[in-house]
Amino acid sequence: MRTAFLSSIAALAVSLAFPAFAQEKTLTVYTYESFVSEWGPGPKVKEAFEKSCGCKVEWVGVADGVELLTRLKLEGEGTKADLVLGLDTNLITEAKATGLFEPHGLKPEGLTVPGGFSDDTFLPYDYGHFAVVYDTEALKTPPASLKDLVEGDPSQKIVIEDPRTSTPGLGLLLWVKSVYGDKSAEAWAKLKDRVLTVTPGWSEAYGLFTKGEAPMVLSYTTSPAYHVIAENTERYKAAAFSEGHYIQIEVAGLTRTSHDKDLARQFLTFMTGPDFQSIIPETNWMMPAAKTRDPLPAAFDALVKPEKTFLMSSDEVAANRKAWIDEWLGAMSAK
Amino acid sequence: MIFARAERRTLDIAGGLALGGVLVFVGAATAVLLAHAGSSGAPLFDAYIGRVARFTLVQAALSTLLSIVLAIPVARALARQRTFPGRVWIIRLSVVPLGLPALVAALGVVEIWGRQGVVNDLLRLAGLQNPVSVYGLAGILIAHVFFNLPLAARFMLAALDRIPPEYWLSSANLGMGSGAVFRLIEWPVIRRVLPGIAGLVFMLCATSFTIVLTLGGGPAATTIEVAIYQALRFDFDPQRAVLLAFLQIAVTAALLWLISLFGRLPEEGMTAGRAIRRFDGCCRRVSDGVVILFFTLFTAAPLAATLISGLAADFGKLAADAQLHRALATSLAISLASATLSLTIALPVVLVPRLAESGDGGVATRLMGRALPAVGSLILLVPPVVVATGWFLMLRSFGETGRFAPFVVTVLNALMALPFVTRVLEPAYRTHLSRTARLALSLGVTGWRRFLRIDWPALKKPFLTAFAFAMALSLGDLGAVAIFGADGFVTLPWLLYSRMASYRTADAAGIALILGVLCLLLTLPSTAPDRQTERPGSDA
Repeated sequence: MRTAFLSSIAALAVSLAFPAFAQEKTLTVYTYESFVSEWGPGPKVKEAFEKSCGCKVEWVGVADGVELLTRLKLEGEGTKADLVLGLDTNLITEAKATGLFEPHGLKPEGLTVPGGFSDDTFLPYDYGHFAVVYDTEALKTPPASLKDLVEGDPSQKIVIEDPRTSTPGLGLLLWVKSVYGDKSAEAWAKLKDRVLTVTPGWSEAYGLFTKGEAPMVLSYTTSPAYHVIAENTERYKAAAFSEGHYIQIEVAGLTRTSHDKDLARQFLTFMTGPDFQSIIPETNWMMPAAKTRDPLPAAFDALVKPEKTFLMSSDEVAANRKAWIDEWLGAMSAK
Repeated sequence: MIFARAERRTLDIAGGLALGGVLVFVGAATAVLLAHAGSSGAPLFDAYIGRVARFTLVQAALSTLLSIVLAIPVARALARQRTFPGRVWIIRLSVVPLGLPALVAALGVVEIWGRQGVVNDLLRLAGLQNPVSVYGLAGILIAHVFFNLPLAARFMLAALDRIPPEYWLSSANLGMGSGAVFRLIEWPVIRRVLPGIAGLVFMLCATSFTIVLTLGGGPAATTIEVAIYQALRFDFDPQRAVLLAFLQIAVTAALLWLISLFGRLPEEGMTAGRAIRRFDGCCRRVSDGVVILFFTLFTAAPLAATLISGLAADFGKLAADAQLHRALATSLAISLASATLSLTIALPVVLVPRLAESGDGGVATRLMGRALPAVGSLILLVPPVVVATGWFLMLRSFGETGRFAPFVVTVLNALMALPFVTRVLEPAYRTHLSRTARLALSLGVTGWRRFLRIDWPALKKPFLTAFAFAMALSLGDLGAVAIFGADGFVTLPWLLYSRMASYRTADAAGIALILGVLCLLLTLPSTAPDRQTERPGSDA
């Protein structure tokens, strides 16, 4: 048993092999894991930026955007991050409240994010509208509005995410709030009968949906593009809602404690430029926040383009989130 | 007297180290979180938490009751029917659910019991139109029974196999019926292990998270674990998270204490070590067969569904996937290290109480004899995410936190496996000591020699079984990796979730298949047939 122990320690040591420290300057970017995964934008972005910056990009990937903020709060001033990439607009107020960010001082041109988002501390790099994605083989007439969804046939189910544990879940909560206002609790009480189940995160919900458990799932307008491009199927489509769609904008910001703010700013400028933006659509499966080098792939052209975009200020979300979640809990837990 | 003086001293020291180590590891993390600024000052106990706590206990109690009650006939049937094709594979399968991430298991259960699942397809064939919906309490119970029934049956089977084979000879000679055998022989043995098994299953169900939310149908199904996660992540209120964890420990510990009152120590019977032969097996073949068939269908069907979706993966691509290779190596290294550590901690946890019982120890030994088993099992109630966050806070001042991630994950996994490991080792060791300890001592075989010559040959299977449980648990744990999120430190479950999050469901299913096969392989050494005659007390 002792040899087993020693050999596993040795194996641990091997798995700890970190890249040696390079002599050139390093830009440490905190982001979420799927951004830096092999399939994500990370590897290509790193390669493109390192060509021009004479530096090395080091990614630190945590589970998701919320975890990213938690990580910063845990690290405080001691954070190694020069840049934080991957928060969404709902988290901006809380992120600023940590006092760890400083204004970017940049004036990027050609941003194409609907709803006219602008902020002195955070710059957008991509966005997506939340949407009900449906299975054309199981559902012939998808809901044409949020009202349709709420009041439709309860036997046609939808899987949604939990606003207590996931960003899409919070997105739907804010979407319903934007459309129904004071009547949200009633809307949820009605929608409840159509909800098959409420999952802790997007992966569980999408997994149930693709297994055919429900004909609808709360996801993004961009989801069908993945199925068209990577799986060559038009089976899954997003439903266009006449009231408009709630938007999720992913942003990046520069930390006050950054070792090399010029380099960090250089990255932010690069981020809103065509080299970075061209990578986004087919790796992060989100809409680019600025012009890409080439026109978007055809699959993206065919996506639902919401005519109206909902976005609440992050101050409003921060101030009301708890009360709205309580309201949601009350409506959804009632017998 | 069952231990020599030198052994007693070693046990006292080992017990102290184990107890101190575990308490410091968990205590330091909680203390750091409690001291961390950022509490919202929200009241801990409101109507919401009250509802959540009630639901947690109700679903866990029902899940436990179902798992235990169903496990008894399964274990009896498997113990009676000792030779039929595939028996050993049914026993091996019981480890696999442990090594699957909850998300995978939930989807596997849905493939069988869901709206588009096999069961509803059959019902539709039978002419029933309205699908049976599992989303709600039913789904939670099915998934929890899927996880825990095989576990409970395995532990009970091990207990039944420790019964001296002479009993079966006598009962056959006396012409005892099945009822009398159950009442006089089987039940006393099962009753002895029942509180331990029920406690373990209860804790596993009470701290369930993904299963409860995914299959629960709505936020009415929420456990305290969900509230802890919410407090730590979305609300970032570490103090609240810790206090909720205390609440979880308090309510569950109270229930576990009630369960423990039910237990009773059996008399250990002596045996000449003959092979187990069940004379009552022949006349129960049909009914036992039906029980075993249903059990196997219930356990294997979701696993088969996972297997089938896994086969759709592009294994050619996965085989060349460098990231997968790294994740596989990391996961194996972590699980090997954590299983080794878990068994090392488990030895004093199992042996110090024996020393205390024998009356040879001092006050400290007696105290440790009570504290060690309690700490060793309650550890499952401390949410790993809380401990990991605490350690993250402590370690960040020592530089690159990612470097420590493998060690924190290893220790956390080892502690999580401790309740499983002790439940395998404790009853086996108790029986073994009662049969050999005095003799070994009088012959002067003590210390390492006793372990190698007397204990290991007889307890090899329980040790290997415990090792397999611990490794499987560690393999399937997503755990603390998420907090540290260091580049280059990727485990299989982490990779699985990451592929799933970027739409690559086929890859994820392939990884799930790899995890399942690994877990099955782990069970091979502990279930390999003996070259010599099967010895009682050697099969767990």
